[in-house]
Amino acid sequence: MRVIVHLPGLLRSDADGAAHVPVEVDGPVALRGVLDALVARHPGLDRRIRDERGLLRRYVNVFVDEDECRTIGGLDAPVHDGADVRLLPSVAGG
Amino acid sequence: MGGVMTYLLIIGTRKGLFTARSEDRRSWEVLGPHRLDENDDAGMSPVYTVGIDPHTHRLLVGTESWHFGPSVWHSDDLGRTWTEPGTAPIAFPEDTDASLVRAWQFAFGPEPGTVYAGVEPHALFRSTDGGDHFTLVRSLWDHPHRAEWFPGAGGAAIHTVLPGVLGSGERFPEAITVAMPTGGVYQSSDDGESWAPTNRGISAGFLPDPEPEFGQCVHKVTVAPDGSFYAQNHHGVYRSASPATEGWRPIETGLPTDFGFAIVAHPHRAESAFNFPVVSQEVHLPPENRLRAYRTDDSGESWRAIDAGLPEEPYFGIVLRDAACTDGAEVPGFYFGTRNGDVYALTDDEERWHRVVAHLPDVLCVRAAEV
Repeated sequence: MRVIVHLPGLLRSDADGAAHVPVEVDGPVALRGVLDALVARHPGLDRRIRDERGLLRRYVNVFVDEDECRTIGGLDAPVHDGADVRLLPSVAGG
Repeated sequence: MGGVMTYLLIIGTRKGLFTARSEDRRSWEVLGPHRLDENDDAGMSPVYTVGIDPHTHRLLVGTESWHFGPSVWHSDDLGRTWTEPGTAPIAFPEDTDASLVRAWQFAFGPEPGTVYAGVEPHALFRSTDGGDHFTLVRSLWDHPHRAEWFPGAGGAAIHTVLPGVLGSGERFPEAITVAMPTGGVYQSSDDGESWAPTNRGISAGFLPDPEPEFGQCVHKVTVAPDGSFYAQNHHGVYRSASPATEGWRPIETGLPTDFGFAIVAHPHRAESAFNFPVVSQEVHLPPENRLRAYRTDDSGESWRAIDAGLPEEPYFGIVLRDAACTDGAEVPGFYFGTRNGDVYALTDDEERWHRVVAHLPDVLCVRAAEV
């Protein structure tokens, strides 16, 4: 199955400048598998979005279509063929 | 000494990195915030620790991006350009089930290329390539006491790393002294293979046993040129010629308070040090609402205020644990920054502070060197 991962401007330098990264994965798959496939292509993205334990960083939001992943199972959230996965920096800073 | 020396002061703030250069340590050219990354993400992050490698003059900067986590940047041209390694410079191994919150301290070993990083959560990392990549010092991570170290108000971190010293006259490359809240001082004499707490004499008023073997909330330890130590504790200022054999003795008499964060030893006179008192654990403000440094020249037997050149009006910004330093020069300069974003410098031949810069974001750390 094919999923499109949309990257915010802040992360594109870690993905050769790409705003959208098509990811091919064997389905059915959870969000974790999509991110694994994404960082396999662009390893520099991994530490930006997940810590060493594989947990999503607190102020990185990941939407599967319209749903922020934490509301639908986090990294175990199901992702369907053709889904749009959007990485967005949350509201943070000071 | 011939030629004109240039002094570099690097200043980590709540919002980015600044540098200052001077030839006379009176007037300073201040640059910043430095653009570490083109996105102004890391460059606008809090900078909790900075370091200047004495062997190479490489600058190391520990950042913590609000969104994308901690990292370590370096510059090999005194701050003109910046590099972040392609893989995470500091990362906990998978089996530790831990993740880096931030680096709190860089320290440089006697061997060129050896850099230590004290980090949160409580751990020590070591690099042998000048800070591109660090490896966890397992023996300290596996120490049976670690489960009983709990966070101080600032976090659970190793904030002091002093390579090559165990006490007066005990300098050798295999020695390492670290300090942390809460845990206190630990020392290794075998290149980090084993560690022992060396806190005897330091109080822990927040614990049922006020003088435990470990568990003290030591705020900062600084090493004197003979290898002896000064420590600013969570209430209590201490001196030790040899923590393991002699323990620590209180030296706060003469200071307005025994609380504070920063303490800086003179680089050439073991009996001299600067302290930056704070009212108490409840009141993190300067005593009498006046910005003052205090100096001892008799190993803590007495202290005097050094406030010439500092604001005379009420002042409410304190000096954090790594926001004071010396450049180690032949006539040493001493520096401190405050949470109000003001940075001051003093040279040892004049008891007067000179303002380096004002109104920066709150200053978290400073380091200086002749370059």
